[in-house]
Amino acid sequence: MVTRSDLPLRVINSTPEAILKAKKRAKRSFRQIRTENVFKRTLSLMGLVIIILVLGILLTLIVQSLPSIKALGPKYLWSKVWDPVQDIYGAWPFLLGTLLSSFLALIISIPFSIAVAIFLGEYHPKGWLPNLLKNTVELIAAVPSVIYGFWGLAVLVPIVRSFESSIGVEPVGVGIFSSSLILAVMIIPYAASLGRSMINLVPSHLKEAAYGLGATRWEVIRSVVLPYTKSGLFAGILLSLGRALGETMAVTMVIGNTSLIPKSIFAPGNTMASVIANEFTEADKPVYLSALIELGLVLFLVTVVINLIGKKIIDRFTNE
Amino acid sequence: MKLHSFQIKRSLVAGAFFAIVSSLLVSCGGGGGTTSGADSTASGGNSDDNTLIGAGSSFDNPLFSKQFSEYNKANGLKVNYQSVGSGAGISQLTAKTVDFGASDAPMNGKQDSAISAPAIHIPITAGAVVLSYNLPEVKDTLKLTPEVLADIFLGKITKWNDGKIAAENKGVKLPATSIVIAHRSDGSGTSNIFTTYLSKVSEEWSTKVGKGSSVNWPAGLGGKGNEGVAGLIKNTPGTIGYIELAYAVQNQMPYAKLKNKSGNFITPSIASVTAAANIQIPADSKVSLTNTDAADGYPISGFSWVIIYKEQKYNNRSQERATKLLKLISWMIHDGQQFSSALTYAPLSPAAVSAGDAILKSATYDGKPILQ
Repeated sequence: MVTRSDLPLRVINSTPEAILKAKKRAKRSFRQIRTENVFKRTLSLMGLVIIILVLGILLTLIVQSLPSIKALGPKYLWSKVWDPVQDIYGAWPFLLGTLLSSFLALIISIPFSIAVAIFLGEYHPKGWLPNLLKNTVELIAAVPSVIYGFWGLAVLVPIVRSFESSIGVEPVGVGIFSSSLILAVMIIPYAASLGRSMINLVPSHLKEAAYGLGATRWEVIRSVVLPYTKSGLFAGILLSLGRALGETMAVTMVIGNTSLIPKSIFAPGNTMASVIANEFTEADKPVYLSALIELGLVLFLVTVVINLIGKKIIDRFTNE
Repeated sequence: MKLHSFQIKRSLVAGAFFAIVSSLLVSCGGGGGTTSGADSTASGGNSDDNTLIGAGSSFDNPLFSKQFSEYNKANGLKVNYQSVGSGAGISQLTAKTVDFGASDAPMNGKQDSAISAPAIHIPITAGAVVLSYNLPEVKDTLKLTPEVLADIFLGKITKWNDGKIAAENKGVKLPATSIVIAHRSDGSGTSNIFTTYLSKVSEEWSTKVGKGSSVNWPAGLGGKGNEGVAGLIKNTPGTIGYIELAYAVQNQMPYAKLKNKSGNFITPSIASVTAAANIQIPADSKVSLTNTDAADGYPISGFSWVIIYKEQKYNNRSQERATKLLKLISWMIHDGQQFSSALTYAPLSPAAVSAGDAILKSATYDGKPILQ
């Protein structure tokens, strides 16, 4: 803490005016320090609020899912039946549906997002076409998810259905595969934007050195740009996975919403977020409501675990 | 002086911080978040006796909007109805944050034990659940029997040209395609009426699946809301699903005739739903209209109820407010019924209206009857 006596009071001239002037200067610098302190405090306060908020959410989820945890025990996680009529709740079909649809979406979206990142970051950083592409990709993230769901139901599902009948699986259209396609489109911008800014940050002397040694563009990307940016690219992919895990509305509209365990990626299924959104309003029994909240807790923990694993992998990349 | 104001600022910031933390803690400890949040609205609402608050069934909402706006024109009473779903309506009544709840299903045992004082159910309108399908080749109206319907939804009949379906639809060329089942994915009164019916007509359904606003469907796809199920039906050839009659009529979707208890094939309509409700109504009116004895009644029908406390003196409610509420409900089951048909709701049967009258008369304020 800075006090008044610590302040540099350089009184050279001792006329009353000069002393007054010096005092004014001292006052001003004191005010500056005070502003600094207030600013610093505000920042730490904001940071603290975020931490309290997240812990509060976790605490609320735990407290409210206690009745279900007591009634059902840990087998909640791996039992396969979700039957509100008989108060039997098992999260396994939805856990499976969430992981399956999200990772499938991730696999579909990675080639696109990395291609966009390289194109915008390395090949064409400037010009009207790259600008248009950049804005379009950012727009993808801004479109409300219900619109994706609607588009998926009206356009994508019939296409998937005819694809399914051509490969000989039951042609219903809606299912895990359709929802993964929708999710893949929705999560492209997260990995693409982060990847692009990471590629922009690659020091140009590294690239120039590689070119100087006679490397082609592809060789520069492969052995300079990608190794330099892999932790950033991975962080972007992790961000998009987080988005896919929690997406609710668009998934609900195209996944088929069944509590049965999906037999293939074309079968209908359900995700944790979608079950909560569907059944929360009419959950008329205490254990039922609590089981739904526990589903939220599981989703929260799945996201945390995936993020921690991702952090570990990023650390490994950067320590190499 | 400046230093002083700085300290004030600091204490303000600290105060704000503690306010945030304490409000967080309160919301953590407060058990049901919806209940504690809504408590404040009750006292606020109670202060204005010319605005009644209701919450519940979304099925009732279009009819209620019309009825309340007409009643407002005639009597100047405002009704604020929140269409949050039947279950949520009952929870809000239990929390005493609304004057009345509205539900497509009567309160179940668990809800009864959660409420602090006895509640009464007044039948307010009736609706039906119809079986809509997407069979482009079939021009005639499909006929279904209860057994066939249960077997389809149990996943035992999987092809449209199955002998059991064909037996009831002679002369109709049924395709050899797979049957795709569409059901509601969200908890709803519509599902409750439909599964109650299936539980009554099929022993296997009753033991395997049961009835409720959300059940463990043995087969099929889920759609959110009537529009979600209707979307699945419209977009997927070979689909059969259940939706509200009003929704099917307004969207011109085909729906099947269903064989009722008396053995007649009945087309769902306002008239056949009212007919289904013209039966002996028990004193508490908590009766399911599925599979009734009425010879010309459509078998998957159901009442929707307004639910209020039997003793209206609670939470410092005035007698004036209680009287206004009772008069409103009485108007809804008499004069208010004229708006039903235009909105594809089935008007209450005479038996239901007289049962409703008797129940309304049982409501009291401080132990004395409100309506004479």
